[in-house]
Amino acid sequence: MSKPIVATTSLAGCFGCHMSILDIDEKILDLIELVEFNKSPIDDIKTFTKKCDIGLIEGGCCNSENIHVLKDFRKNCKILVSVGECAIMGGLPALRNGIPIKECLDEAYINGPSVQHNPKGIIPNDDELPMLLDRVYPCHEIVKIDYYLPGCPPRAELIWNALVALVTGDELKLPYEVVKFD
Amino acid sequence: MATNVQDIITKYNKDKTRLMDVLIDVQSEHGYIPKDITKEIARELDISHVDVEQTMSFYHFFSETPTGKYAIFLNDSAVANMMGRQKVKETFERETGIKFGNVTPDGAIGLFDTSCIGMNDQEPAALINGRVFTNLTPFRVKEILRDIKDGKAVEEMYSAAFGDGENRNELIKSVVQNNIRKKGPILSEDYTPGIVIWKKLPEMTPEQVIDEVKKSNIRGRGGAGFPTGLKWEFCRKAAGEKKYIFCNADEGEPGTFKDRVILTERPKLLFEGMVIAGYAVGATEGIVYVRHEYTYLKNYLENLLQGARDRNLLGKNIGGIEGFDFDIRLQFGAGAYVCGEESALIESSEGKRGEPRDRPPFPVEKGYLGMPTVVNNVETLCSVVKVLLNGGEWYAKFGTKDSSGTKLMSISGDCKYPGVYEVEWGFSVKDILEMAGADEDRVQAVQVGGPSGSLIGPDEFSRTLCFADLATGGSLIIIDNSRDLLTDIVLNFTEFFVEESCGSCSTCRNIPNMMKLKLEKILDARGIAQDITDLEEWGKVLKVSRCGLGQTAGNPILTSIKNFRHLYEEKIQKDKDYDTEFDMAAAVKASCEAAGRIPNLN
Amino acid sequence: MSTLVKFKIDGVECMAERGTYIVEAARENGIYIPTLCNIRGVKPRGSCRICTVLVNSRPMSACTTPVTDGMEIINDTPEINDTRKSIIEVLFVEGNHFCPSCEKSGNCELQALAYRFQMMVPRFPYIFPNKTVDASNPKIIKDHNRCILCKRCIRAIKTDDGKNVFAFKKRGMKLEIIIDPELGDNFTDELAQKAVEICPVGAILPREKGYQIPIGKRKYDQVVIGSDIEKK
Repeated sequence: MSKPIVATTSLAGCFGCHMSILDIDEKILDLIELVEFNKSPIDDIKTFTKKCDIGLIEGGCCNSENIHVLKDFRKNCKILVSVGECAIMGGLPALRNGIPIKECLDEAYINGPSVQHNPKGIIPNDDELPMLLDRVYPCHEIVKIDYYLPGCPPRAELIWNALVALVTGDELKLPYEVVKFD
Repeated sequence: MATNVQDIITKYNKDKTRLMDVLIDVQSEHGYIPKDITKEIARELDISHVDVEQTMSFYHFFSETPTGKYAIFLNDSAVANMMGRQKVKETFERETGIKFGNVTPDGAIGLFDTSCIGMNDQEPAALINGRVFTNLTPFRVKEILRDIKDGKAVEEMYSAAFGDGENRNELIKSVVQNNIRKKGPILSEDYTPGIVIWKKLPEMTPEQVIDEVKKSNIRGRGGAGFPTGLKWEFCRKAAGEKKYIFCNADEGEPGTFKDRVILTERPKLLFEGMVIAGYAVGATEGIVYVRHEYTYLKNYLENLLQGARDRNLLGKNIGGIEGFDFDIRLQFGAGAYVCGEESALIESSEGKRGEPRDRPPFPVEKGYLGMPTVVNNVETLCSVVKVLLNGGEWYAKFGTKDSSGTKLMSISGDCKYPGVYEVEWGFSVKDILEMAGADEDRVQAVQVGGPSGSLIGPDEFSRTLCFADLATGGSLIIIDNSRDLLTDIVLNFTEFFVEESCGSCSTCRNIPNMMKLKLEKILDARGIAQDITDLEEWGKVLKVSRCGLGQTAGNPILTSIKNFRHLYEEKIQKDKDYDTEFDMAAAVKASCEAAGRIPNLN
Repeated sequence: MSTLVKFKIDGVECMAERGTYIVEAARENGIYIPTLCNIRGVKPRGSCRICTVLVNSRPMSACTTPVTDGMEIINDTPEINDTRKSIIEVLFVEGNHFCPSCEKSGNCELQALAYRFQMMVPRFPYIFPNKTVDASNPKIIKDHNRCILCKRCIRAIKTDDGKNVFAFKKRGMKLEIIIDPELGDNFTDELAQKAVEICPVGAILPREKGYQIPIGKRKYDQVVIGSDIEKK
């Protein structure tokens, strides 16, 4: 029987959730036995080369590119999992949700203390750049999400247990310590 | 000339439990309640400033900013909208150049929405500086605005003749119509004020009065239907150095206006009922809690109370009964539906936010100022006079076995004869439709009991009005097939609950709004089957809220899903199990504008 | 004469002093009923509704309802627990609760309840309300993003002469907590400290302090809220 195929991505996230996947220590060897990776920063496959069983999404959606990637994941994965606070509720990037976008951009590119040189007051506007969204969206507001793994990052044990449960179809029983929001 | 704040505070004996009255007077005097005055009130009443602020900010008709020399509150009830509110609203906005929720730059006119003002049988209607204007049309709006421009006093702005009956009274002078369509024991003209106090009470002990009320089987008319005799008995037996009788005339349930008619036409009957209750319970003070919208009746009612005092129907040794002292005062609200809940009404009367109390203890044990208190509906107290006059057994013959007596129905919506009908319990909805002159072939639904009640369809029109079947506080709204039931009725009612939640319970503060958003999604043809299930599930959570408002806030949606499921199902997308509300074009608009680039939506 | 009354919780015979609130009576009998707005020693208010139980088959708030003789209380059923979980989820979406950056994380009662009920994601849509942080007070910071309007501070924090320092403003969805500017500015250190301690979430914070306990050692990192009562 062929191994289940897993894809992962980081949208508006910090890669902390991916670090947490790696944080399963020696179980990483079991993981490779258990599943095959497709599109993922872990193996550096940039585009889907086949349909996947499980997609792990880190980060929420803060720009148009995030939306495209997320929709692409939905198209190519049977099961989508929101991994971490950012995917679930926008997380740290969503702290800007109450602030008008113009203010955010002005602060970042024109008025902010870290701006060194921008005499013409230009906000980057090249067509190649992703367009910023009015707010940061949780992934389940964009596409259907099947499961959620909270945490910042989710504990390695939580990700591991959930993956195993998904692959084997066993019931997921989580100890108290592994479901945490920070 | 402006009255001094000091005078107002002194008028209420520097009593912090009269904060509502103080604020009402200041609001009416200044058109708003400025911060320096709230500070003064706090100082004089020896309470913290936030205490003044928390009461003030709770009520719709108190404002911390000016509401205009002419403050116009246009009713936003479902029936007002059915009767042409939108055009009236647009005319107001066009002619004044401001949107609702604002005051004109010169400070002359303020336009505001308001929940049902109890005029459903003569909509669209508005309150202008507390005076009622009914049957508004775009033409009438222009007239009114012209009068305002001319600087006319509000009383001079009536163009129509005054309404019927006592609405013409020198102390009311209002264009409001009673629209009494059917009379029974309560509305009957055959009544001599004071007759029970003079002829019956002196011969009866309080216990005998309670027994007679018990014999009548009368149950509370506010909607919950608690046996009145039993309530009085509990209160009589409760320990307390002072006891109170409250009349609940807050009548906030959209579509209900029968108490307004009683207060206009039979106030003496009501006051006599309160005296009887006071005698039975051993109370010395009665308080009529009148909703703010009926302030136009204030002088009239105050005058009648004085008349009753002059005739020894109030005051000391009433009716010649040695030691029976009882007096009545009016307590006005300031715009909060939840104050119709008896414990919220008591809180409000104590000068606080109208947040319902946790029960137990019930008001009969610990009510107003911590003392045993009976809270009865206007209609209940009126009925009791007739019970004592003619005997409990006589009264029990009206109506059905579990619901004795008559019920005043406030009927409005799509029918020829909207108004107040006093019918015996046991009337079917079908009978009522016929009586009110509704075109039965065209009626698609009837809202029984206001937004907190149920929305029923034709297959249930044979059901009867009584506590065992369709219990109701008396509102019945007829909706014909020209209406979009979900938009015109269900959405409006849900918005009403969002607006009127006191916010104390986490459930009622949030869930009605979430349900509203979901309903809008469905109405926008973006819904999926799961959305209907969600609405049903979320509505269930509301049932654990503290008071009746919260518990029933989901009813417009829940009962319409139950009885008109097809309306929901035909609007949802059948081929989808998920629908995003995300709109890329809308989401990137602001950032592209800020950066000066053309959105690439491919 | 004994003032003890007998009642049942989920069929278990219990006893408590007459007039004890159900939550307290349950605690004395080793049964945990989840609470949030309730705090021992302060008059209950029944505003979060998480302690809802069925009393003779009617939903009642256990923190405000006294036990009576023969009372039948239903507490621990899948339906009731799901209602409680719903309420916790409502509170999460109502505000802006970003746990990873919150000083109270690990010691927060709302979060602890979410852990107990293993909330993975709220079933309700996030509202992302526009709320402010009020840092005008010299001793405390009031973060409205995290406030769950439980009224604990209103009920528990009074001046020596019994005046309210905290109060509600507005109603419904616009409801918020306000601090009396004058009384708040004159907070004693004790009262400010008490306000911080009494807040179940991170909505009232001390100035210039935070994140003092490392992750893993905070109150609810390892210990389930309510387990201290259940162990008894």
